[in-house]
Amino acid sequence: MQHTISVIVENDFGVLSRVATLFSGRGFNIESLSVAPTNEDGLSRMTIVTRGDEQILEQINKQLNKLIDVLKVLDFSDGSAVERELALIKVSAEDTARAEVLRIVDIFRAKIIDVTPKSYTIEATGNPLKIDAILELLRPLGLKEVVRTGSVAIGRGAKGWNG
Amino acid sequence: MKMNGARIMLECLKKEGVDTVFGYPGGTVINLYDELFNFKEIHHIMPRHEQAGTHAADGYARATGKVGVAIATSGPGATNTITGIATAYMDSIPMVIITGQVPTALIGNDAFQEVDIIGITRPCTKHSFLIRNVKDIALTMKKAFYIARSGRPGPVLVDFPKDIQMAHGEFHYPETVDIRGYKPNLSGHPRQVDKAVAMILDSRRPVMYVGGGAVLGDAAEPLTLLARKLSLPVTTTLMGLGSFPESDELSLGMLGMHGAYCANMAMSNSDLIIAIGARFDDRVTGKLSTFAPHAKIIHIDVDPTSIKKNVRVDLPIVGDVKDVLVKMINQADNSNDKLAGFTAALSPWHADITAWKEKHPLDYKQSSTVIKPQFVIQKLRELSNEDAIISTDVGQHQMWTAQFFKFNKPRTLLTSGGLGTMGYGLPAAMGAQAAFPNRQVITICGDGGIQMNIQEMATLVQNRLPVKIVILNNNFLGMVRQWQELFFDKRYSSTCNELPIDYIKLADAYGAKGFLASKPGEVESVIKQGFKENGPVIMEFKIAREEKVLPMVPAGASLNEMVLNA
Repeated sequence: MQHTISVIVENDFGVLSRVATLFSGRGFNIESLSVAPTNEDGLSRMTIVTRGDEQILEQINKQLNKLIDVLKVLDFSDGSAVERELALIKVSAEDTARAEVLRIVDIFRAKIIDVTPKSYTIEATGNPLKIDAILELLRPLGLKEVVRTGSVAIGRGAKGWNG
Repeated sequence: MKMNGARIMLECLKKEGVDTVFGYPGGTVINLYDELFNFKEIHHIMPRHEQAGTHAADGYARATGKVGVAIATSGPGATNTITGIATAYMDSIPMVIITGQVPTALIGNDAFQEVDIIGITRPCTKHSFLIRNVKDIALTMKKAFYIARSGRPGPVLVDFPKDIQMAHGEFHYPETVDIRGYKPNLSGHPRQVDKAVAMILDSRRPVMYVGGGAVLGDAAEPLTLLARKLSLPVTTTLMGLGSFPESDELSLGMLGMHGAYCANMAMSNSDLIIAIGARFDDRVTGKLSTFAPHAKIIHIDVDPTSIKKNVRVDLPIVGDVKDVLVKMINQADNSNDKLAGFTAALSPWHADITAWKEKHPLDYKQSSTVIKPQFVIQKLRELSNEDAIISTDVGQHQMWTAQFFKFNKPRTLLTSGGLGTMGYGLPAAMGAQAAFPNRQVITICGDGGIQMNIQEMATLVQNRLPVKIVILNNNFLGMVRQWQELFFDKRYSSTCNELPIDYIKLADAYGAKGFLASKPGEVESVIKQGFKENGPVIMEFKIAREEKVLPMVPAGASLNEMVLNA
């Protein structure tokens, strides 16, 4: 089963490597990983999408918590978070296909961010399933290049991660 | 007062109460050594290999409970420490390893003797630091020692570039340290403790299963008190030996692959396992799916990751084992009215255990012509001091020591349990002897492992460390040979070492004394002669070549499927 975890870490030298080493060394799976500084001084936030049964997920949570540079592990497996991903998609668009691409972009509330006579580059955001869906629809038209950020997630409700 | 970074480092060690360090000089620690030259508060011991230096710091830490300190230069010096660091990591030993590093401006340039030691050791350290500014040395060292010794202890590596050693700065050692991402939970939850005591009082076939955490957490005293108060049988892992006196009637000895029959039978038939600072390692559980099928499990450990890692747990208690055990004793005191009834209800269980003990005690066939290794171990126990510190290498002799020495005190057995590091015994004994110059320190080795750090004979002689080295010589890599005999049709691939090494001459060459016993009748006199010497000694025993360690739970078998005689 797929799980989304947010990890609040010290924005220190080598942190990403510690997390990555932990996952590879213990045979845990990383489906996607995104990391960037947060609004708080000296902290970064990672969002990790991983796969595993309940016992593995518990170990992942505990092992992450054990790292000295990790302040907090937020487990969003219960669906308590809003999740978004951004994708940049370069798709072939010639003749009649140009209109078809625009229709799909419109339906998914995506944006065209670069145009050539032969292609469109699309910016799409949404939960990862929505990104999968737009890619599925664009695939027959000829995907030239796809870049996905991986999921980022934030808890629902008024409270921040530390209250 | 301004001083250079190297001096600041030494002042930090002094503030942390470090009296002895084990280190090897080199290009990127030459500044540190220059300061050490006149720094009288720290005793420096130079091993003949950085791996041995790291094991020595580990042995020092295990014997004293303090943080062991090792120093190595960058590059090969640093990489040589890795086996020592991994050994300490697997057994949760508090250590700080200081490695020299090339000047910060050169890092990443493939400079001479540069290696990314932080990257290399990341999976086998509790944490690591690269010091990038002379101002950061004191806080970094405060953090390093705090992390190494607190919670579940472990090795911490500090990479110390040469230019930072040379830079000047003020020395202020912080009084306290606060690391926002590191708050080990030491206090056991009172409600969980109450539940644990209630579960014990409800049980009829309880066993305490005790690991190295009880030794590391200095919990031997409350452990013994609780076990005796509730009449609970106690089995320990290899790492737990010494935490509960094996002379006690409640002791079942060691469990697991080469554990006692009664211990493994007790685990397999138990209705409640109280795991204390143990981690259900595969050498202990045997086949997981059939492990302790009737038992509920209470698991007490300071490290939450140990809990539910390998087995299901009915009641987890995260906390310092000593704290939890003391709380359990207090709670048991509150239930005093129930205790008599409870201990009486355990009598059928104690009868079962006694029957298992009598049916298959740990035993061997004595011989009048060849020396049995088990006999040597028994004689060593008989003739050594009560507070003697024993270290071992890894293999058959290690298991015979665990089975037959009978440990009654914590921190008297130093052995590489998790990593299983051959070559550990001699340097670890060296570290323990440096910590306790007046105690008897004995290392029990095989003829395989002793060769892995034999160069430390020089360190013993140079530093007047009177370690007694026992070599049980069967001219085999005995444990692997035993597996080859049992599971590989006696194809002794690369395990037969029929080389007539003269260990007496070897001892002599290093300036130590050597004694040899070839017949059972010579065992006692050789041990007595060896113990009488004031300096380091090799005592070689030519033992029965194909003696096996038994009982044995074959890899992948259930704990109660022991091979008793093969």
